[in-house]
Parts: sequence; structure tokens; C-alpha cells
Amino acid sequence: MEAAHGHGHADEHAHHPSGIMRWVTTTNHKDIGTLYLWFSFIMFLTGGVMALTIRAELFQPGLQIVRPELFNQLTTMHGLVMVFGAIMPAFVGFANWQVPLMIGAPDMAFPRLNNWSFWLLPPAAILLMTSFLAPGGATAAGWTLYAPLSIQMGPGMDMAIFAIHILGVSSIMGSINIITTILNMRAPGMTLMKMPLFVWTWLITAYLLIAVMPVLAGAVTMLLTDRHFDTHFFNAAGGGDPVLFQHVFWFFGHPEVYIMILPGFGIVSQIIPTFSRKPLFGYSSMVYATASIAILSFIVWAHHMFTVGMPAAGQLFFMYATMLIAVPTGVKVFNWVATMWRGAISLETPMLFALGFIFLFTMGGFTGLVLAITPIDIQLQDTYYVVAHFHYVLVAGALFAIFGGIYLWLPKWTGHMYDEKLGKAHFWLSFIFFNMAFFVQHFLGLAGMPRRVPDYALQFADFNRISSIGAFGFGLSQLLFLYVVLKCIRGGQKASNKVWEGAQGLEWTLPSPPPYHTFETPPIVK
Amino acid sequence: MIRTIARSLTGLFLTAVGGGLAHAEMRLNLQQPETIIAHEIYELHTVILLICVVIFIVVFGAMFYALWKHRKSVGHRAEQFHENTTVEIIWTVIPFLILIGMAIPATRTVLAMKDTSSPDMTIKVTGFQWKWRYDYLDEDIGFYSTLTTPLEQIENHAPKGEHYLLEVDNALVVPIGKKVRVLITANDVIHAWWVPAFGVKQDAIPGFVRDSWFKVDQAGTYRGQCAELCGKDHGFMPIVVEAVDEGKYKEWVAQQQSKKSQTSAAAAADVNKTYTLDELKSEGEKVYGKTCVACHQANGQGMPPTFPSLAGGKIATGPIAGHIDIVVNGSKKNPAMVAWKNQLSDLEIAGVITYERNSFGNKVGDMVQPKDIAAAHK
Repeated sequence: MEAAHGHGHADEHAHHPSGIMRWVTTTNHKDIGTLYLWFSFIMFLTGGVMALTIRAELFQPGLQIVRPELFNQLTTMHGLVMVFGAIMPAFVGFANWQVPLMIGAPDMAFPRLNNWSFWLLPPAAILLMTSFLAPGGATAAGWTLYAPLSIQMGPGMDMAIFAIHILGVSSIMGSINIITTILNMRAPGMTLMKMPLFVWTWLITAYLLIAVMPVLAGAVTMLLTDRHFDTHFFNAAGGGDPVLFQHVFWFFGHPEVYIMILPGFGIVSQIIPTFSRKPLFGYSSMVYATASIAILSFIVWAHHMFTVGMPAAGQLFFMYATMLIAVPTGVKVFNWVATMWRGAISLETPMLFALGFIFLFTMGGFTGLVLAITPIDIQLQDTYYVVAHFHYVLVAGALFAIFGGIYLWLPKWTGHMYDEKLGKAHFWLSFIFFNMAFFVQHFLGLAGMPRRVPDYALQFADFNRISSIGAFGFGLSQLLFLYVVLKCIRGGQKASNKVWEGAQGLEWTLPSPPPYHTFETPPIVK
Repeated sequence: MIRTIARSLTGLFLTAVGGGLAHAEMRLNLQQPETIIAHEIYELHTVILLICVVIFIVVFGAMFYALWKHRKSVGHRAEQFHENTTVEIIWTVIPFLILIGMAIPATRTVLAMKDTSSPDMTIKVTGFQWKWRYDYLDEDIGFYSTLTTPLEQIENHAPKGEHYLLEVDNALVVPIGKKVRVLITANDVIHAWWVPAFGVKQDAIPGFVRDSWFKVDQAGTYRGQCAELCGKDHGFMPIVVEAVDEGKYKEWVAQQQSKKSQTSAAAAADVNKTYTLDELKSEGEKVYGKTCVACHQANGQGMPPTFPSLAGGKIATGPIAGHIDIVVNGSKKNPAMVAWKNQLSDLEIAGVITYERNSFGNKVGDMVQPKDIAAAHK
């Protein structure tokens, strides 16, 4: 690495710094996309280590490795790190790299804001992780931070609250950037209904983020003031109500899970047509379905609260509204299958991940439908059935979409083809071990195992053992992914502009890798 | 490869639906239902699971067919169609109708679960960190229900018993065939009272009372767990319900009431009695082993800073008034140290304080009498 000085003699960008300062001061959407993706991968491995510690403890009945207090810190932090540190930044990384390229724009609307949106993340992550060292350790109230338990927590809770605030600011700024870019900087001829679906999913996701991140900020600020400034939002003795926290949190929380999946739908909608050599089926339906899912996501939040004691009318409303989301989601799945139907399909690694996504995310969707039925949810809420459900949609869903996107676009970004054999191996290992880890958890929940427990009754032992083995297999397989990515960055078969025979879209008209600055003159889109 | 996996998954699904196939250690389905509500939930789940499996097979049958027949490598050439409004309408409307079909029976069960009217009896359930308390409002009896699995089993120094983590000292006893209304609340944080065999789960929210109900069909012992994260021992506060025929239930109530009057008479006598150091220490050792050891550990060293050490601790070896105050009235700084006056008798508290001041290497030498504790209640 060259020494960092203002006007270094780096490559062709004579006015740009090199070395570390390049990365610290960059306003280039490609650089910032790369920063987000590496950050998210580091957080993914961090959250993964916590998960493996959890599964190591749960390998057998009894307490072997961690005390219950530390176990609860691990489950809490695993959730916070994966949601806010891994999944969300990964999708923002894709937005940064791909949105300008796909709409024919030279960069994002606010390049300096873009830099700051990223650089808020490492300090927030450090604040969150160092909360383990606070007296009493990290917060152990679950990623959902319910009061009054979260009010009992030590200073690790306050550190987490500040980290969440910083992460929220980053997301809001990023979303403003994305919306402004998409609405104002499309190339001439690219109407909204001609945009690639990935761009649509990010446009909608950005609106969701702006709507709900402030709500989360409100919820955790009320926690902060209840903890330190004598308010009683969540304390009945002071006229408040613990359930208020749940309403505010889940009003954020439900749209949040769609924030974590819609860009994944977008990526899959890019991959399937490419490897079927056929246009996406039902483009307008796909746009309307995505928008419907986003709008519906605002009126279903209390399906996370079916057991709080709300009246039957409340339970029924939220049951019906939640079941409704199955309709546009099903429409999307059917449209993907119709895209493949009578295409000319090939099964390279991105396609494998997209197919795995459709197959496994749909399973997660079905268990979500089961959970939407209130009487069934009464049995299954707070059990391992829920844990299975959300890992199917977030890991086999969002994470597989992210992997698919990386394999799809890595040749474009680096100029080299990745090792196809190793990529396929990464897919199959992930697929098999993921299912080993999480499929059996459905049975654990049905049989009566609660979640967030470090120990369990003997009838749950066999499936826990299987789940733990699967988890370790899955975790280790991700090291293979790291190797594939590093190997591809370092070299490999030269990638053409189009890379994939069935690829369509502006990004595939550029060289691989694209120049530092692209589309300084906008292309005309017919 | 994918198809083999799909087939085995389908097989597993169908086996689960069969329901009967439930080897005790690899149970695939909900627990055996023991109330009408639990039955309805079980059936609802079976039907919905079947519908999902059928849709799954249809949709992924189509997808795998396409993967097989419409591959470039077998020579298939891509057609270019990319929209069809009719088909979009069909696959929007049909799922919508299926959902309505699911919602109707579900609605009936929701309304049935909420109907707590005309109960035969009412029990108040209170969640504590980390145990339950049951108060029979019609019979004026009440008691705590705490996990009895020994720490040696949890820490892997002894083989685990059959009901590991699902056994308590005092079970909730109810008569079969009677509608029992439960009023559920909590003392500190949110817990949840859950008995899977009954199909009952209700959050226990501090400062609020929510209700639910159940009517047990047949006699037996039914076990459940706390179902809302409530702190470090969330996994260690089970629920055990013993459903017995009405005659046995009435006997049990009578027993509880006479025990209660014995205890209060004894307690009244105790308050003024003066015990010896050994009597206090042995009472205290029992209390410590049941109540204090989870946080302060068997060797008294605790897990600082959250669970302070009693061995050589400032309070345990300091002025006796401070020691009495923190045990009786709880800690203002650390809510996990509750006000034990609500859960332990004066004799028990006097015993445990005496025990702590004279164990774990502490040799303070003093002792506390129950009447000192009675005086310290704030």
C-alpha cells in the first residue's frame, strides 16, 4: 500500500488519494459499495462466531460452555449484529455498486453523504461489540429489547442504544441518497417501468427505511429515558405500559424484515432471467407485488404480539392482514417460475443460489403463514418454530440472495471469473448444512422447546444435536466463500463485458472491471 | 440431487402430518392435545400444513420440471413470452380464496380461546424472576412453584432425571372437566405462562392482568415452560399442572388449607421464639440451597459484578442491619435481588442471613432472629 498523501501518483485518477486515505475519503459509489460489502462480511463472521457458541452450548442438555447470562448476551448480539451489521449493509453495498450502473448514472446523487453513511458504521459496530466489556456485559434482552427486562440491563444496553441510533442515521441518509438518485438520475429513456427490478426493490426499500428507522430510534430513546431520566413509558406503576414498547418496536420491526428481503427479491429477479435467457415474466405485476408487500407490511406488526392479551378483534385483524401478504409474495414466486418456464436454463452458481432462495424462502413463507394463524401462533410463539421460520427467510432467503448477487456481479466488479467449481461447492455445502441446522428446529418448536434458553429438557436432545452439527458445517462452509472471493479478486479467467450469455441491462455494456467513473455521459435507453 | 431432497422433505412433511409417528425423542408434531382448544389447534395445523404441502408440490413440481426439460444443455431454446394478465389474475385470486378457507375455522378458534366467561374456578398466576406463584382466589391458598432439578444435574456432575428442567416443588393442581380461568400477571418483567398440552399461552405483564382458560379432559401431569425471555433463568422456571378427579382435588384443597393454618400459627409462634445458632444455620442452609444458590453459587462467591460474592463480602460481613435490609427489601441498584420478604418467611430469612454470615469462610459469629426480620419490614 502506498503511503497516504493528498496528491499521490496513483493510477489514472491524478487527483485522488491512494492507500488508506483513498478508502477513508472516497465518494465513489463503486468504492463505497466495496466498503459496505467487506464490512458486512466481517460482521457476518462475527455474528457467526456468536451463533456457533450458542449452538455449541445447545449441542447437549446441561450447561457446558457459557453461563445463562452470557448465553442471553450472545443470542441478543447475534441478532443485532446479523440484522444491522451483516444483512442490511450488504444490501446497501449492492445498491451502491449497482444502482448507478443499472440506471446509467455517473454516481449517487450525494457522493459525500454516501461516504459518511458508510463511515458511521465501523464506529457503531465497535460501540456495539465493546458492550461485551461493559460491567454486566452486553445487553441480554434479546434483539427485540422488550421492556421491562431491557430496563434492568447494565450499561451495555446504553451502548447498544447509541449504536442503534448511529446505524439508523446511516440507513436514513443512505435511503435519501438512493431515492434521490433513482428518481432524478436515470438515463434518458429509462422510465420507471423500464428500470431493472433490483432498482425498483431498492426504491421501495428506501422509502420503508425512512418511514421506520425513526420509529426504532423513538423506541430505544424511550428505553433510554425510562432507564436514566425517570420517565415511565413502559412502567405500569408510573402510568405506562410495557406493551407500548412492543407496539412501537414492531411497528418498526415488521417493515424491517421486508427491508431485509425486498432487495433480495430484486437480486433474484436479475439472476433468474439471466440464466433462463428469457425476460422476467410479469414485470409490472412484480412491481405492484413488491409495492403491495411494502404497504401491507405497515399493518401487520401485532402478529408478533398475539399473546399479549389483545382483544379478539385485534387478533383477528392482524391475522387476516398477515395472511394477505401471502398473496403478493406468491405472485412473485409464480412469476419467477414462469420466467424459467420454457427458457434455456443453465445452472451456474448465481442461478443455484437463486433457485435455493426460491425453494427455501418459500418454505419460510409457508411457516410464516402457519404462524399467521393466531390459534396456531399461540402454541408456536417464542418457540424454535419461530427461530426456524426466520432463519429460513433470512439465511436461505436474504443471505442466499446476497451470495447469488456476489457471484453474479463479481466478474463485472473484478474483471475475473470466479472459480465455478468452488462456487458450486460453496452452494451445495451451504444448502445441505443450512437445512440440517434449521429444518429440525421446526420439530423442536412443535414439540414444545422455547427459544432463548441455554438448556432444555431431554426430549429435545436429538434434534438439538443435529442442529448444532449443521450449524458448524454451515459456518465452516462460509470460509470457502471467503477463499473464492479473494481468489477471484486476485485473478482468474478474464471476464467479458457481458459476462453471462443471458445478461441484460446497462451494467453489462461496460467493461469488466468498469472504469472508476462510468456513464459520465448518460446512455440513451430505447 | 435437488429432487431427492425435495422427495425426502415431502416424506418428512407427510410423516409429520400422520401425527402418530412421534418417537418420544424425535417428536415431529405438536404435543398430544388434552383440551378442546388444543385439539382444534392441532387439527388446524394439520390442515394448513397439508394445504401448504400440496401447493409446494405443485409449484416446485413445475419448477423442477422446467429445470429438467428447459435447460440449455439438453438443447431447449428459450421462448420470449413475458406477460399474461389472465394468468396473473388467476394466481392472485385462487390463493386469496384458499386463505379465506383457512381463516374461517381459525376465526372460530380465536373466539373460543377468548371466551373466559362462566368459569368453574379462577386461579391467579404470577410470574417472578424466576418462578411462578399460584393463588387460588376461591380457596384462599397460594404457593410458589420453583424448579427442583438439582444444580449437579445442570452442571453435568450427576445423571439427568426423566423430567430434567420440567419438575417443580409445588405443582398447580386442578380438577378435570372443570373450566379453569387463569388470571395472569407478573411481579417484575414480562414472562409467559405456557402449557402446550392445553393450548394455553399468555404473557404475564407486570402491572396488568390478562386472562385465559382451559378445561382438562383427562387426569395426568402436564408440563410447560416460561415462554418470554425474562432474564438469566428464563429456561429454568417450568410449569407443572396436575389434573386430578374432583374428589382428589377437594382433598388436596383441604390439605393445603390446613397446612396454611399450621404454617401461620407456627409463624406467629416463631416470631417471638428465640432460636439457637445451629437451628438458624441449618434452616438457612436449606433456604440458601433452594433460593440463593442460583445467583450466589454454592461456594458463596457469586458472579460479580452482577451477582456479588458473599464470601468475605462487604454486606455479609458488615453491619447486620445492612445485611437484613438488602435481603428483606431488595437492592435498589440491582433489581435481580428482589425483596425476599414477599417470598420467604421471617424464620427463613433469619436463617439464611445467619447461615451466610457464618459460611463460605465468613466467621462473623452473630445471628439474626425472626423477630429482627419482622421489625425490618418496610
